[in-house]
Amino acid sequence: MTTSHENEKETMDTTVKPHSLADVAQAKSVKAPGTRALGTGLETRGVHAWFGKHHALSNISLDFAAGTVTALIGPSGCGKSTFIRTINRMHEFIPTAAMAGEVLLDGKDVYAPGTDVTKIRLQIGMVFQKPNPFPSMTIGENVLSGLKLAQIKVDNKDDLLEESLERAGLWSEVKDRLGAHGGSLSGGQQQRLCIARALAVRPQVLLMDEPCSALDPGSTLRIEETIRHLSDTMTIIIVTHNMQQAARVSDYTAFFLSDGGPGQMIEVAPTSEIFSRPQDQRTENYVTGRFG
Amino acid sequence: MTTTVTAVPTKPWKASTRERVTDVLIFLVALSTSFAAVELTPMKGKLAYFAIFFIAYAFLTAAFKGIQRGNAAAKDALVNSLVAIGAIVTVIPVLSILVTVLNKGLPGISFGLFTHDMALATPTDPLNNGGLLHAITGTLTLVAVALVLSVPIGILTALYLTEIKGRFTGPIRFLVQAMSGVPSIVAGLFILSAVLYPITKAYSGLMGALALTILMIPTIARTSEEVLNLIPNELREAGTALGGTQWRTVAMIVLPAAKSGLITAIILGVARIAGETAPILLLTGGGDKVNPNAFNGPMGSLPYYIWKSFNAGSPEAITRAWAGLLVLVGLVLILFTSARFLGSRKAAK
Amino acid sequence: MSVQELVIPQPREITTEPRFSDKVFRGVVTTGGLSSLLLLGLIALFLGYRGFEVLRQEGIGFITHSDWSISTDDAGNVIESHFGLAAMLVGTILCSLIAVVIALPVSVFCALFLNFYAPGWLKKIMVTIIDMMAAFPSILFGIWGFLVLMPSVEYWAKLLHRYLGFIPVFNMQVPVYTRSPFVAGVVLAIMIIPIITSVSREIFSQAPLDRIQAAYALGATRWAMIKAVVIPHGRSGVIGGAMLGLGRAMGETVAVFTVLNIVFQINWQMLLGAGGNVASLIILKFGDASPYEIKALMAAGLVLFALTLIVNGFANFIVKTTGKSGR
Repeated sequence: MTTSHENEKETMDTTVKPHSLADVAQAKSVKAPGTRALGTGLETRGVHAWFGKHHALSNISLDFAAGTVTALIGPSGCGKSTFIRTINRMHEFIPTAAMAGEVLLDGKDVYAPGTDVTKIRLQIGMVFQKPNPFPSMTIGENVLSGLKLAQIKVDNKDDLLEESLERAGLWSEVKDRLGAHGGSLSGGQQQRLCIARALAVRPQVLLMDEPCSALDPGSTLRIEETIRHLSDTMTIIIVTHNMQQAARVSDYTAFFLSDGGPGQMIEVAPTSEIFSRPQDQRTENYVTGRFG
Repeated sequence: MTTTVTAVPTKPWKASTRERVTDVLIFLVALSTSFAAVELTPMKGKLAYFAIFFIAYAFLTAAFKGIQRGNAAAKDALVNSLVAIGAIVTVIPVLSILVTVLNKGLPGISFGLFTHDMALATPTDPLNNGGLLHAITGTLTLVAVALVLSVPIGILTALYLTEIKGRFTGPIRFLVQAMSGVPSIVAGLFILSAVLYPITKAYSGLMGALALTILMIPTIARTSEEVLNLIPNELREAGTALGGTQWRTVAMIVLPAAKSGLITAIILGVARIAGETAPILLLTGGGDKVNPNAFNGPMGSLPYYIWKSFNAGSPEAITRAWAGLLVLVGLVLILFTSARFLGSRKAAK
Repeated sequence: MSVQELVIPQPREITTEPRFSDKVFRGVVTTGGLSSLLLLGLIALFLGYRGFEVLRQEGIGFITHSDWSISTDDAGNVIESHFGLAAMLVGTILCSLIAVVIALPVSVFCALFLNFYAPGWLKKIMVTIIDMMAAFPSILFGIWGFLVLMPSVEYWAKLLHRYLGFIPVFNMQVPVYTRSPFVAGVVLAIMIIPIITSVSREIFSQAPLDRIQAAYALGATRWAMIKAVVIPHGRSGVIGGAMLGLGRAMGETVAVFTVLNIVFQINWQMLLGAGGNVASLIILKFGDASPYEIKALMAAGLVLFALTLIVNGFANFIVKTTGKSGR
C-alpha cells in the first residue's frame, strides 16, 4: 500500500497547506520571525512517528521561527510529547520506534545519515515533566554536567555557571550553596536547575515537556517568567496542558488532536488568534473547555 | 479527505550502510593486524590472536570515532569494545564447558552404561564393563529424600515471610540469605557431627540427603517468597472477606495460584543440589552397586562416581568421568530448562 | 454560645481472636520459618562442640600457625599434634581475592552490555546462558578447569611472570606454575561471574530512567550517560554483589581441590604452585583422619562457616540497603 511515490506526493501536498508558521506570521505580521542571529530556526516537514505498529503521530509540518515561543496544546495522548521527542531524537530510545519526514535545524536534517546525534541534542536542549537533577552531583556540578557529559572545554566555568543560573532565574537563590546537592532544592528550584543545566551548553532550541505540571502555582509563575526572558535568545517549544499557560507565554500555539487514529495537528496560529478566533470547530471546542 | 496513504516508517537512527561498511573494514583491519603480528613477532598462540585483535579493534574504532566526532565519542567507542569483551569472556567458558563435555563424554556413553552398576568393575576397566546405573538411582534417591525434607520447610519459610509477616520476618529473611551462603562442605561437616557420629554411626544415603536438604532450603525459600509476593493482595483479601480463615485462604487460594511458580522454585532447588559433591564425599560412603535403601548402606551417586573415576586417572576412568559429567549436566540442563519453561509460561499469563 | 470542647476518644483496640485452625496454621508456619535460625544455630553449635577440644588445645594458634601434623602410637592414642590453619586461610583469601579481581570487571562490563548495549534477543539468550552457568555443578568446573583450562592458565601465568614479574604479586622464586592459587582463582572467577553479573544487572536496571533521559538530552554519549547516572546509582550494589561472589568463592570445595596444590606453608605468591584452602583441606584430610584430627577439621569448618557468614551477611546488607534507596 505504501509506496515511495505516494509518499512524495503526500509531502508535496503538505507544503501547500497553509500550516507553516512563517506563512501565518507573514499574513498577520505578528512578531515577524527571521532574526538571523539566532539561526534560521527549526522546521519539521511531514513528521510521522510510530511505536511498533501503532501510528502515533501523522504528518506534522511546522515552522518554528527563531526567537519565538510555540506552545503545543491538546488533550492527553495526542502525540505532543512524541512530537517534541522526534525533534531532538529522544524518540529513538523506544526500541520499536520508527519515524518518517524531516526535522530541519538551520536547514539541515537532524536525521541525515552520519549525523552525530549527541551534537543534535546539544543544539536542541530539553526540559522534562518532572525535575530530574543528577542526584550524585552538587548544584554547580549539575549545571555544568552537560559540558562534562559531552566533554566540552570552556575557558571560564564560573562565568558560565553564573550566567546559566541567572538566565534560569535561580542564581540569587543558590549562589551561596552551589556545593549543596541538587536534591536539597524545592521542586520548582530543581526544575529551574534543570533549565539552567540545559542552558549551560548554549542550545539554539529548548524543548519543554510540560515543565510545570509537577509544580505549585508560585513555581510555575517563576518558570513562565524565565521562559519569556529566554525567548529573546532562543527558540522555545513548550508542551502544556494548561491553556492559560499557553496564552501567557507563547507567541504561537499549535493544537494537536487524535480522533482515535494517529495524532494530528489541527491548527496553528498566533496565540491570540487561537484563543479568540480559532478557524477550526474542534480547536474552538477545546480552547473553550468543551472537551479535553 | 482522499489521502489514505501517509508515509513509510523508517528508523534513520539505525547504522547506515556506510557506517556498517566502515565497521566491517575496521574489523578486518584488526583481524589482519592480529594475524600479521602473530606471524612477524615472537607472540604466539590463541591468546595472542585474541589480545592483539581486541586491542587493534578497540584502538581503531576509538581513533576513527575520535577523528570523526571528538573525544567523548572516542571514549564511548572504547567502552563499546570493553563491554563486548566482558560479554564474550563471560560466554566463552560456558561454550567451552558444553563442547568439552559433549566431546569427551559421548564416547563413554553406551546403552550398557544405564543398565549396569560398578559392583563387578573398577573405574580403570574397559568401558564396556560396568555402568552408572547405581549412580543415577543413587542421585535420584538422594534428591527424592532431600525434596521430601526441604520442600515443606522451604515453603513454610516462604509462607512465614509473605503471609504471617511476623516479628521475625526481617531476621529470618536475613538468615535465609545467610544460609544460602553456607559452603556445602560445612553442611556436610554439620551432618557428620550432629547426626552421623552420635546417632547412625554409618554412611548412608539419608546422611547425604540431609546435607543436601540444608543446601536446598534457602533456594526454595527465596524463590518461593518471590513467587508468593507476586500473588496480588486482592486475592487474599477476597478470600478473607468471604469469611475464610487465613489457613483456608492460603491453602485454597494463594498456594494454588502460585503453583507453577512454586514448582519452578523446587526444580531450581533440585538443580542446585543434583551436582553437589563435597557433602556427598563426606557422608554417603559411595557404594558401587544399586542400593534402593536410603537408610542403610553406602549409596553411590553421580558426583561420587565422577569423582572416583576422575581420581582413578587412567584414560578409561577419565572417559567414565566425562560420561558421568555429561549425564549430570544433561540432568541439570533438563531441570533448568523445565524451570525456565514453567516460569516463562506463568509470566506470559 | 458556650465553647464546646471536642472530646477526642481513645482509639479502640481492635482484637482479633484467630480461630483454632488459624492458630495451628500460624504455629506451623512460624516453626517452619524459624527452622533456618535453628539450623544455622545448630551448625555453629555442633561444629563448635566437636572442634572445642582442638580449639582449646591450639588456642589462637589455630588460626596463626600453619603446620598441620599429628602422630599417634600404635594404639591410636595421640602423641603429638599441631593444627594451624594460617596457610589455609591465607590461601582461601588469596584465591578468592584473585577470583573477585578477575570476575568483577568482566561481570560489570557484561552487566552493562546486557542492560544498555545488547539488543533484546541477544540479551534474552545471554541471560539464559548466564543463569545456566550458575546452575552448573562445581565438580564440572573442577574437572574442566583441571583438564582444559589449566594448561592455558599456566601459560598466562608464565607470561605474567616474564613481563610483569617486577610487580611483587607476580614475582616468584621457583618456576612451578602448576596448580597455583592463580589457577584456582581463575576457575573460581569463572564460577562467580554469573553471581556478580546477575546482581549488577539487577542494580543497573533500577537506574532511574528520567535521569538517563536527562543525560542523553544533554548530548551525552552512552558511556558518558553510564558514568554520570548508572555507575553512581549502582556502585555500592555492585560492591555487594562482588562480596557475595567472594563468599561463594571462599566456600567452594571440589572445584578448588582439583586445581590447587595444597601446601602447609603461608604463600602469598599467586603464581607459585603452592596454595591453601580451608574447604579443600577438609576433603584432603578427611579420608584417613583419626578421630582427633576429625575434630580439628570440624574446627576448621567452624572457622570457614564464620568467615563466609560474615562476608555474606555484609554483602546482603549492602545489596539490600542500596536496593531500597534506589527505589
